[in-house]
Amino acid sequence: MKVSVALLLELGIILAALSLLGTLARRFTLSPIPLYLLAGLALGEGGIAPVPAAGPFVETGAGIGVVLLLLVLGLEFTVPEFTASLRRHLPSGAVDLVLNATPGAVAGWLLGLDATGILTLAGVTYISSSGIIARLLSDLRRLGNRETPAVLSVLVLEDFAMAAFLPLLAVVAAGGTWRQALLGVLMALGAVLAALAVSYWWGHHLGRALLHLRPDAEQLLLRVLGVTLIVAALAEAAHISAAVGAFIVGLSLTGEAADRARQVLSPLRDLFAAVFFLSVGLSVRPETLLPVLPAALLLGVVTALTKLAAGWYAARREGAGHRGRLRAGTALIARGEFSLVMIGLVGVRQDRLGALAAGYVLLLAVTGPVLTRFAGTRPAPSAGKGRQVHTGGDTAGR
Amino acid sequence: MIGGMDVNEVLLPGVGMRYEFATREGDRMSVVALRSGDFELMTYEGVDPDEARVVFRLTREEADTLAGILGAPRIAERFADLTKEVPGLSAGQVEVRAGGPFVDRLLGETRARTRTGASIVAIVRGEEVIPSPGPEQVLHAGDVMVVIGTHDGIAQVEQIIQADQ
Repeated sequence: MKVSVALLLELGIILAALSLLGTLARRFTLSPIPLYLLAGLALGEGGIAPVPAAGPFVETGAGIGVVLLLLVLGLEFTVPEFTASLRRHLPSGAVDLVLNATPGAVAGWLLGLDATGILTLAGVTYISSSGIIARLLSDLRRLGNRETPAVLSVLVLEDFAMAAFLPLLAVVAAGGTWRQALLGVLMALGAVLAALAVSYWWGHHLGRALLHLRPDAEQLLLRVLGVTLIVAALAEAAHISAAVGAFIVGLSLTGEAADRARQVLSPLRDLFAAVFFLSVGLSVRPETLLPVLPAALLLGVVTALTKLAAGWYAARREGAGHRGRLRAGTALIARGEFSLVMIGLVGVRQDRLGALAAGYVLLLAVTGPVLTRFAGTRPAPSAGKGRQVHTGGDTAGR
Repeated sequence: MIGGMDVNEVLLPGVGMRYEFATREGDRMSVVALRSGDFELMTYEGVDPDEARVVFRLTREEADTLAGILGAPRIAERFADLTKEVPGLSAGQVEVRAGGPFVDRLLGETRARTRTGASIVAIVRGEEVIPSPGPEQVLHAGDVMVVIGTHDGIAQVEQIIQADQ
């Protein structure tokens, strides 16, 4: 075996740089995703340092990163949480979809993109980053707040909607007809629902099969990863996208099996997801970013406002006050990993689209968390005002 | 309803579960059980009734300890509630004191039930509860025995266990 010195060195330097950036982001309790993107932009052709040796690895790793992102998302998903969200927050989810997918689609149309581009951009502006936001709510100590269940439920519904949306995107991007696209969506939805049913009624059997002979961490990792990659490959071959295949595998596992799988997979997911974010940055040529920046900025402002409206509505349905609604709305602004997954799926052959989406995510992944941090927080306590005890009305109607 | 109180259970999808209730003093408090096994304890005060103030963030271990502190002494009380259903039957606690005749001896050796008719239904040892201990159970100093029987029966068990040597 011949080890490529250039590959090891480039990869090592890249990962070390990413870790530095990640530490920096965490210091300010920000998501490292935008910094990974920036790092990708800075590297590669036209950047400060081309990385010819690491390129192929990053490209391969990016695909695995998408698969792992969706697999772990599926593992975190439980049927009771989904049905509860659906029952209680369906109107909020619908408002969120209409308000936030529309600006993306309109922008794509105005920019003269093709059907794929319009669809992709609608997805990019629709889906909030559940990774960034769940962590943010915990960091900002908002888990006890009244608006928080509404925010988290909207995120669950978005993630589920994405499972129907990705195959549509995959087929349209592959140049299929609308009939093929419809078939793909129906197949994907059927597969997702089947996975949910399997997880609900036979999840413990699956779990037992997976945990058969009490595998150690290494064995479990290989088992889950192997099954996932096979299913992802089959899904890709059936034109419902590898990402959806991975999501389905994650969905069908529950309980202890899902917990253990998540534990062993999380570090791997973190690594390859970082590689994926990097690859999105790499595939965008920096000189294409500047011309689309005004459009990205405008789209960012508009969809920040529409997310604010969607969050406001969702929190109001839960009976939260003005401050709570503001917190919910601003929390949802952050776009991140799944917006990038959409872009990764159609490939960044579409130069302008890739640049626009990268700029857009960069903008909102940074400003979203910053905005919500300062929105609707407790005002400074005014002197001479006694502690208010709230009785009645507060817990009613939940 | 948990433990006879109205506890609001709120699902936090992807994060965990929140339990909310109001205390008799009128404070509202919440416990968030995170999927990671950690817990958050919070109250609601100030001008915004929707905003929680996190008082403590506990690891799984710390939460277990807290639960032990809050929960252990209440075991006997819960048995007391149970015995209210049957007239004449009551529940009591008998401590195995250091230097007593049955420290580090078997429960069977006390012949408590044969002699008094009262049953030892549980032994509370620190944070641990041993339910329906058998005759081969070894007693230690500091153990608290939960006894169910008549008033007299419980008093006799106490005399046996805490007799001067």
